[in-house]
Amino acid sequence: MTRVEFWQGNTACAEGALAAGCTFFGGYPITPSTEVAEHMAAKLPKKGGVFIQMEDEIASMASIIGASWTGARAMTATSGPGFSLMMENIGFAVMTETPCVVVNVQRGGPSTGQPTMSAQGDMMQVRFGSHGDIAIIALCPATVQEMYELTIKAFNLADKYRVPVFLMTDETIGHMREKIIVPDTVERVGRKPFSAGSPPFRVTDKDLIPGFPTFGTGQHVHVTGLTHDERGYPAATHPALHEALVRRLVDKIENARYEMADYDVINPDAEQVFVAYGAPVRTVMQVMHDKKDKNIGFLRIRTVWPFPEKALFAFKNAKRFLVPEMNLGQIAREIERHVCVPVRTIPKLGGELHTPKELVAALEEKP
Amino acid sequence: MSYDDWFRKDRLPHIFCAGCGNGTIINCTLAAVDQMNWKKEDTIFVSGIGCSSRAPGYILTDSLHTTHGRAIAFATGVKMAKPDFNVVVFTGDGDMAAIGGNHFIHACRRNIDLTVVCMNNQIYGMTGGQGSPTTPRGCLSSTTPAGCNEAPFDLCDLAIAAGANYVSRWTSYHVKELEKAVKVGLETPGFSFIEVLVQCPTAFGRRNKFRQVMDHVEYLRSHSLLKAKRDRLLEKNQPVPEDMFVVGELMKRNRPALGVKP
Repeated sequence: MTRVEFWQGNTACAEGALAAGCTFFGGYPITPSTEVAEHMAAKLPKKGGVFIQMEDEIASMASIIGASWTGARAMTATSGPGFSLMMENIGFAVMTETPCVVVNVQRGGPSTGQPTMSAQGDMMQVRFGSHGDIAIIALCPATVQEMYELTIKAFNLADKYRVPVFLMTDETIGHMREKIIVPDTVERVGRKPFSAGSPPFRVTDKDLIPGFPTFGTGQHVHVTGLTHDERGYPAATHPALHEALVRRLVDKIENARYEMADYDVINPDAEQVFVAYGAPVRTVMQVMHDKKDKNIGFLRIRTVWPFPEKALFAFKNAKRFLVPEMNLGQIAREIERHVCVPVRTIPKLGGELHTPKELVAALEEKP
Repeated sequence: MSYDDWFRKDRLPHIFCAGCGNGTIINCTLAAVDQMNWKKEDTIFVSGIGCSSRAPGYILTDSLHTTHGRAIAFATGVKMAKPDFNVVVFTGDGDMAAIGGNHFIHACRRNIDLTVVCMNNQIYGMTGGQGSPTTPRGCLSSTTPAGCNEAPFDLCDLAIAAGANYVSRWTSYHVKELEKAVKVGLETPGFSFIEVLVQCPTAFGRRNKFRQVMDHVEYLRSHSLLKAKRDRLLEKNQPVPEDMFVVGELMKRNRPALGVKP
């Protein structure tokens, strides 16, 4: 039986994690994400899982990677300053192909910035923040319902692609209370089984993903952040091997961008097209509702990274893309790379949502 | 099974310099591990970055070679998620006392059931001989060309103060004592810390008048002061020689611990 709840976004995130079978949470308190950790601290041990409050976000990220290798579905939650500290071990998770879920309830930056206010300023950091060439998956919920559903999806994608998956939400959605319909069962996609005895990082499938040799199963796998060969052994001065490894780590995500793409195309014949993710989706929905104009299109994106650029081409008559973001135009720049028509950024800093009036003003301005 | 069976032989030869003492410490650790009747599949070695941290790569179990200073934090995740596992950490003075200092003291405070073997060569070996938090005053390194003018950490005092259940210090000379200490550490529930002073002829020795490997090992031997002797000096109100360091079992207690096998 499904049930109806009235939950805060951060609660929905934690409940989604529990429903997905998360058994390990390592975290550190930080506004505005703390409710996720608090909810996990209260609920996870009762379900036989482990909650541990680590000494900082560097250690939080390390702990979930360690737990993941034992087979656990592992998660942490943070906000900007903690996210910056996690960059080091996010790179390690990418290099070692460790499934894990990181929730970033974004707040105003840079630095300590606005702890209690909303922002989307970490959208480029999540994609490019860790050093070296990496590819990751980032999901952006716009409702409390999506907080729940995309958290579950994040665990499934992390296990399937062996990569850290980020729930890039914001203070608005994290702290908002909304009706949510909780399903009684959820889909779980596990890790690709490992064929015993084969080299642990050998890839034979087209999806470029190796099977997962869980610790404790007698495979004697050596996991290192150094450039490694298919046996997992360090081979850090081998140019061709390094290139092949990094290309595979990036390609396994980028090649699957449409397999995992999650977006809605509304009014595909429109000439003026909004593109939004996360909290600004709500203001765009209000404008769409108020205007009821088939000439206003809307691309609502849930999987922001890898960016599903073909979604933009669904709008064949588009003369202009309007991109409201709670930053100075981070994903707008990604859109500019793919389209030949003007891209109008509608940046909003300060911590408050765009008002419908602000979006309408941008819509009605003369080119 | 003998301790020889714990080695990942297809990874040899190793990267350690001629005269390095790290191999001695890995041998002593594996000799102790071998006496525990542990299954290989239940035993995990974790390390950070540096010469010491290459050790798990030469051991035939599941192992994590992680980021600089973070080994104990990764090991905490492994041990909390799977208390059935035996988790041993190899680290060094730069890895554990500098960049990883916070993780170290918090693991001691939690008294989490890990055994940490710290190869203290008093210098950053892999990056070519920079001063570390345990470089003694006056010693030369590439970043202390006029002699180190900072006080070194006493890692064992730090571990004891922070709450570790078992703490001992030996040197690469004291192989039998070291093997026994590691074994007690492996057996003791809670956080076990074994500091091993070790020669580094390449980065430390050649800058600090130990051009011969055995000169440095002899220095470590002759400047070791057994804890029992130190205690007798203290009892008699006699001075403890300043240029000596205390070796032996410095703490063994049974405070509540985290992550202990059910």
